[in-house]
Amino acid sequence: MWDYTEKVKDHFLNPRNTGKVEQANGTGEVGSLACGDALTLTLKINSDQIIEDAKFQTFGCASAIASSSALTEMVMGMHIDEASKITNEDIADYLGGLPKEKIHCSVMGRDALERAISDYRGEKIEVVTGNVICHCFGVTDVDIERAVKEAKLTTIEEVTDYLKAGGGCGNCHEEIEAIIRAVGQGVDYEPKKPAVPAKLTNMQKIKLIEKVIEEDVRPGLQKDHGDMELIDVDANRVIVKFRGACASCSKSQITLKNHVEAKLRELVSMELTVEEAVDENRIC
Amino acid sequence: MKTVYVDNNATTKVDGDVLKEMMPCFTDIYGNPSSMHHKGAESGDVLKLARKRVASILNAQPDELIFTSCGSESNNTAIRSALRMNPGKNHIVTTMVEHPAVKTLCESLEKEGYQTTFVPVDSKGRLDLDKLYASLSDDTAIVSVMWANNETGTIFPIREIAKKVKERGILFHTDAVQAVGKIPVDVTDIPFDMLSLSGHKLHAPKGVGALYLRNKTRFSPFLIGGHQEHGKRGGTENLASIVGLGRACELALAHMNDENTRVKKLRDKLETRLTAKIPKSFINGDQEHRLPNTTSISFEFIEGEAILLMMNEDGICASSGSACTSGSLEPSHVLRAMGVPFTAAHGTIRFSLCRYNTEDEVDYIIEKLPPVIQKLRDMSPFWKEN
Repeated sequence: MWDYTEKVKDHFLNPRNTGKVEQANGTGEVGSLACGDALTLTLKINSDQIIEDAKFQTFGCASAIASSSALTEMVMGMHIDEASKITNEDIADYLGGLPKEKIHCSVMGRDALERAISDYRGEKIEVVTGNVICHCFGVTDVDIERAVKEAKLTTIEEVTDYLKAGGGCGNCHEEIEAIIRAVGQGVDYEPKKPAVPAKLTNMQKIKLIEKVIEEDVRPGLQKDHGDMELIDVDANRVIVKFRGACASCSKSQITLKNHVEAKLRELVSMELTVEEAVDENRIC
Repeated sequence: MKTVYVDNNATTKVDGDVLKEMMPCFTDIYGNPSSMHHKGAESGDVLKLARKRVASILNAQPDELIFTSCGSESNNTAIRSALRMNPGKNHIVTTMVEHPAVKTLCESLEKEGYQTTFVPVDSKGRLDLDKLYASLSDDTAIVSVMWANNETGTIFPIREIAKKVKERGILFHTDAVQAVGKIPVDVTDIPFDMLSLSGHKLHAPKGVGALYLRNKTRFSPFLIGGHQEHGKRGGTENLASIVGLGRACELALAHMNDENTRVKKLRDKLETRLTAKIPKSFINGDQEHRLPNTTSISFEFIEGEAILLMMNEDGICASSGSACTSGSLEPSHVLRAMGVPFTAAHGTIRFSLCRYNTEDEVDYIIEKLPPVIQKLRDMSPFWKEN
């Protein structure tokens, strides 16, 4: 059994402020069903930027529920500038500490609060890009780098306790270690492998390429009276033909690499290269 | 606080009769069974009786049993012995839903260079037998398939598997830790080469197990030391616990009928009522081929640890198929192998009954659990009525 403090048990068995704030003007959602924990935090912030009401909905273990409950108690009546300084350690301290394997529950609280305040401020929540390192829990190198820097993590175990990354199959341990090393040496982490989304079948890949060209590439070209057509997909070579204004445009090669290829790599697979069909016969 | 213990697949309470027979081993019968004097002989005699009793529950010969420290040791001994006795063979066949005692061992052997086939299961937890048989080759050193799954209680068609594997002349081992004591086991009926069992799953103490090794099976010991257990397992015998295991096997045989009638009825009532009362809940596993005492129920959109700790407030002791409780972060490999969706895999509870459970206790769970589930669902961002 976990060694939970009396305060954790109390907040778990008698959670404060469950539900959703009516007319909330700041909402933060983190986690997912797949990860095993998720939190939706809703805030009502008044014109003086004071948090008047805070409520939570949590799917997760006892410490996830207790961390969420504690968070709502902590922020109630607080100015948002002050609230945005709350760290996961503050949440854990409020509860009299959490077992180290459960630190990620307090991190989830901190993240939800950060998002709810960003939402209130109308800031676009930054979609975390980066390469997925831990596929079991969908954690990217950007997430890990940030956590290692902020919380001064030095071991894989600490990263797992903090972010869950590495807590599944364990295949990413080497990469987590490389990030820890890079941060320790004060250098930027260089991903060893390019991001590889879930493996696609050939058919799925071709369909996805078609979709991206249709929805993300052609509308842009058509605005400039150009156009493009997908000719063929040969393994990872995507062969296209420029049409309209693009066909005679001197910058079409730059468009090809900087725009079309970049888009396909981002949305389909990093292994793709895009080429222009040189021979009209290929079209047949 | 009232305690309702329904976590008997994790471990069981030592039966009072078992303890009574063990006690003299701590006070009077303290000799080393290997010693030449009369105190040694005394211990030798009770050891012999225990071996006979354990053999009875398997319908085996007493000299086909090796006492070990636990089920995990029995499994390690069996699989490693098979590999050592077949140095030219590099392939192990097992399943995706084994207990960690076999699963982790096989994964570790993979890192040592062995090839392993983990046979998948369907959504009911039934083994893909075609894949199992197709994976067998001249390079296969051992097939190790659990008899009954610890999480769902699903019973595999072990007789058929054993026969097919033996037709190919391949060693066959079964982890029968959850089966022995709950369902009839007869080694003269099913051609196992090796079978693992554990004491604390059948009301004997923790720290004792046994490996059945069919006569004339080539064998290499795991624990090397003295000549104990006919040279098959070094180390002075854990006499008191072995005596306890002997008595526990005798009692399990006597209660086998009760386990498969009264206990089964209690289990059926528990799962039927709970799934009827609680929306978005379902039973996992092969309900037609299942241990009589086990049920695994998924409650969607909530997490297992929270359910367990809230049930614990009512004195109910069960276990979860989710991982938060066990130190790992991923939900149970058994439920994932069955394709139980994440919405439910995290919120799965296993109830495992035993002969001590009463109808009152089952009624108590049926009364106490629904409000716990509702309370947690009211808090869950994924729960919506209907």
